[in-house]
Amino acid sequence: MLGYTLRRILQMIPVLLGATFIIYALTFLMPGDPIAALTGERPLPEATVAQIRQAYHLDDPFFVQYGNYILGVFRGDFGIDFFGRPVLDLILERLPVTFALAVTAWGLKLVIGLVIGVYGGLRAGKAADHFALVFTVLFMGIPGFVIALGGQTYFGVHLGWVDPAGIRAGWPMAFILPALVMALEAAAGLARLTRTSLVDVLRAEYLRTAKAKGLSPQRIIWGHALRNAMIPVVTYLGLSLAGMLGGAVIIEAIFNLPGIGGLMVASINNKEGTVVVGIATLLVLVYLVFNLLVDLTYGLIDPRVRI
Amino acid sequence: MSTTITTISTSDGADAVDRAPSPMRGAHRRWWLRPRFAISGTIVLLMILMAAFPQIFTGFGPGPTENCDILLTNQPPSAAHIFGIDIQGCDYYTNIIYGARASILVGIVVSAIAFGIAAVVGAIAGYFGGWIDALISRICDMAFGLPFILAAIVVLQLFGQRNIWTVIFALALFSWPGGVRFMRSSVLEVRNREYVQAAKLLGASNGRIIKKHIVPNAITPLLVLQTLGVGGMISAEAGLTFIGIGLTPPAVSWGLQLAAARDYIDAAPHLLIFPAIFLTVTVLGFVLFGEALRDEFDPKGK
Repeated sequence: MLGYTLRRILQMIPVLLGATFIIYALTFLMPGDPIAALTGERPLPEATVAQIRQAYHLDDPFFVQYGNYILGVFRGDFGIDFFGRPVLDLILERLPVTFALAVTAWGLKLVIGLVIGVYGGLRAGKAADHFALVFTVLFMGIPGFVIALGGQTYFGVHLGWVDPAGIRAGWPMAFILPALVMALEAAAGLARLTRTSLVDVLRAEYLRTAKAKGLSPQRIIWGHALRNAMIPVVTYLGLSLAGMLGGAVIIEAIFNLPGIGGLMVASINNKEGTVVVGIATLLVLVYLVFNLLVDLTYGLIDPRVRI
Repeated sequence: MSTTITTISTSDGADAVDRAPSPMRGAHRRWWLRPRFAISGTIVLLMILMAAFPQIFTGFGPGPTENCDILLTNQPPSAAHIFGIDIQGCDYYTNIIYGARASILVGIVVSAIAFGIAAVVGAIAGYFGGWIDALISRICDMAFGLPFILAAIVVLQLFGQRNIWTVIFALALFSWPGGVRFMRSSVLEVRNREYVQAAKLLGASNGRIIKKHIVPNAITPLLVLQTLGVGGMISAEAGLTFIGIGLTPPAVSWGLQLAAARDYIDAAPHLLIFPAIFLTVTVLGFVLFGEALRDEFDPKGK
């Protein structure tokens, strides 16, 4: 177990380096001079420009810049922005909003997706199952931001149940609508997976054995069928939480929530490369850690998997 | 075996043997008659036609930015303008019809590029194995570690003016890792089959084996996966455009129309409703089409 964990952590390093390098290269290939963006209408004297360029290592070769950056990241230093604020502080300031949104959406998705999936799976081929299928296809098909716009207009503007945008109402009122939009879109896939997995397990021979032994239906469903059907579902759930952090960008923009997404878009517009790379690095790191946790969880729910 | 078949279907005469045994064969023959296929296929065809020849649907009248009258701005639907008038005073129906091209082109071209890369790279990784496979798999892991939308945003920001092809480039750049993994695993399934070994013994080159035996037998799941992905790419384009990072004017697209409509939700709700309906129906059509295709080739996944 310990050996496996260590090996996995070692394997994460090249992936982390590669992914951050891609983002780093893309960001610093961005057209436009960051110092010109910083000063705006009134150009700075040349000596000052040279001083700034030197202070931020802008004249170093590209690989040296990246090397410096990544060494800093391993020490917890994500660099500073053009106003001298540490990038890590900027991100950590915004992170709770995005995190609250992603976790709320993930929780809602978990409940909606599992209920529909399990219900449809246990009644495969019956009316409830068909209803579940229509639901999942609808929400997989309707683009998330169209649902967001519809919900914002109807519940926010017409009915006035929640604020159409902004974070003034705090958690949960400001988060409930954007989280629900994200959850509905993602729940469809989860419901689908749960149903398929459950239907497969219900056909398995060990369930016939359980029935033949005379176990109660409750025992069969909770103790045997669901436990086995959950194995692929857990993988999916773990990976999707990390994915939701990334997917929150568009939803945050629509509902005007001051999270990572807004910071990302603003930083790109201001050519604040260090902030862009910092966010991407952090998200990649989160994704990889979740990936690892998911694989380690395998062993807990499926004793057949020895890690 | 063959006797039962002939006795069952004597009335069919000579081609009876052709028809009877495999349940799959009958399924393939009638697939286009199924309602899900018929409905989704019609939507997909209609949208592709709309993207290619918008003039057919607008009666060969003036294009989207011609014949506008700013005095009529934001007028609700009427007999002359069934979807109403947009902010610039142009006929909204014409604009929406011409907006199909951006969505359809982005969805199909990005998926086609992802399909092409995944088919080639996945086949190479699965067939050769060893260090080539390890290298390709690690590169996939790296690209997979980046959240897709985030990576697309960073790439899109490289361009000041963004047209359909820049958006396609940005989306296609990170769209393939899922497909490569998928193709690799289906190649692993077929590469040890007897016919591959027979071809090897007969002295066929690696290139020939991949082209003639591996790819044709492993490609179907990937094709289905990428068809399912078209809807997702259309959503991604519209979503990115909507928050101002995708297409920029003077492009005509549903995402741009929805973005412009946002400021007039109360005054002119028709500006929001019609492009939203078109976008939704299109994405639903492609998703349903992909699902129907998948059920046809893999009835187990239903």
